[in-house]
Amino acid sequence: MLELRELHAGYGQMKVLHGVSLHVGEGEIVALLGSNGAGKSTLNNNISGIFRPTAGEILFDGADIAGLPPQAVVELGIVQVPEGRRIFPNLNVRENLELGSYRRARSRRGANLDHVLTVFPRLGERIDQIAGTLSGGEQQMLAIGRAMMAEPRLLILDEPSLGLSPLMVEEMFELICRLNREGLAIFLVEQNVVQSLEIADRAYVMENGLVTLDGPASALLADPELKKSYLGL
Amino acid sequence: MEFFGLTLPSYGWETVLGSAVSGVFLGAIYALVALGLTLIYGVLHIINFAHGALLMLGMYGVFFLWKLAGIDPYLAMLIVVPGGFALGYLLQRFVIGKASHGRDEIILLVTLGLSIVIENGALFFFSATERSVLVPYDLDGIDLGVTYAVWPEIAALAGSLAITGALWLFMMRTDTGRAIRAVARERRGAQLVGINVDHIFAVTFGLGTAIVAAAASLLAPTYPVHPQIGNLFVLIAFTVVVLGGMGSFVGALVGGFLIGITEQLGRLYMGESLGVITVSVIFILVLLLRPTGLFGQRSGQG
Repeated sequence: MLELRELHAGYGQMKVLHGVSLHVGEGEIVALLGSNGAGKSTLNNNISGIFRPTAGEILFDGADIAGLPPQAVVELGIVQVPEGRRIFPNLNVRENLELGSYRRARSRRGANLDHVLTVFPRLGERIDQIAGTLSGGEQQMLAIGRAMMAEPRLLILDEPSLGLSPLMVEEMFELICRLNREGLAIFLVEQNVVQSLEIADRAYVMENGLVTLDGPASALLADPELKKSYLGL
Repeated sequence: MEFFGLTLPSYGWETVLGSAVSGVFLGAIYALVALGLTLIYGVLHIINFAHGALLMLGMYGVFFLWKLAGIDPYLAMLIVVPGGFALGYLLQRFVIGKASHGRDEIILLVTLGLSIVIENGALFFFSATERSVLVPYDLDGIDLGVTYAVWPEIAALAGSLAITGALWLFMMRTDTGRAIRAVARERRGAQLVGINVDHIFAVTFGLGTAIVAAAASLLAPTYPVHPQIGNLFVLIAFTVVVLGGMGSFVGALVGGFLIGITEQLGRLYMGESLGVITVSVIFILVLLLRPTGLFGQRSGQG
């Protein structure tokens, strides 16, 4: 479904990605793990068309989408829930959700809104509240709900558990499984290694702009090197 | 009455109220010019120095439509408002946006340069001669008791309120309006839901220009047009925007009325030339005492 081939990217003179190759198949949960500054968000923003890669290919259903503008990427069904959520703080919850279908699935806005509100009843309770006044957890729900409004084929989640309470993190990972069971392919970018590996089919580990380790999630979970470097065991 | 050594004349309340009422009519135009300016500021976070030049261009549009085709200046709105939108859209999309490479300080200079080009272009093609649109109804109106309101004044007030209301509805009820508000505060988030930010910037600039074109129509029956006419209004509109709060619609409306009333009362008490400085005094006082304006938020929003 999504395949990156030898992707190089950066900002001006600063190179961040030095030839990253990975793929996400239909219906998969694929985790991308790595510490701060490994280049995970840069990777996402190159897929989403915010930045243009300097070299390499981004294939979606076999077509190279590298360098397409963000709205064209959304139109294809690749929707990102970014780090820091990036909800519209001056708009209310309903307006935020409705704008989720600005580019894609606009004709099914009403039905999708109902669906999002059954997944997140809390957003229904706060439907007229200004989004900037929601709690961190609610804002994360809103960001995911907004992405769901576009009926994504591939959902990119950038650090969805960041800043959430342990209980909320648990709920978040359950939700990711649920969305995946509904047929959504998920590219999960996380620092939360154990919980990500528990729900993922496969995973990649990235360090300093390169993939250093990859394989089935269960194998990585048992990998002694990963345990040492990320879990301190 | 004495004021800093100046002896101010004393008037009856009818005269003062009459002055204030004509200030409301004048303020309506200021509010409309300020509305376009504050919309563009709220979304693009730039001060559009070409706003006055675009107002002047709109007034020439209205003038020539009247002169050459006999079109009533109010009816001309049907032409200059869509024309203003198209011009503003194209300017932002293909000139200002392209030339500025996303850097706000360059955008500022580009709009300043644009205003110089438009003004000198107008001087070259239209000369510095003042030209007036003559309408048969410019001295008719309604007797309000304290003052006599002519139809162009009433039209300016009604037009300003209607346009501000329509803009508010557009911003709240349509997807494009919501996208504009979204882009104003969260550009990255907007890109990630598939909003084309360049397009939204251009739509915003187009709307700002369309509004100032509407103001041009409302002004034409009472103000003669010449290449520098825009500066007069835009300087005051800047004051209105600062007073009302950068990026606030309500602020533009209330600020416009306050400035209009102040200016008229200043004229009444201190005479034509000295009266106008009251507006500048307000400008400085607001900056000193309440830099965010009456309705401003710390990070200006739509």
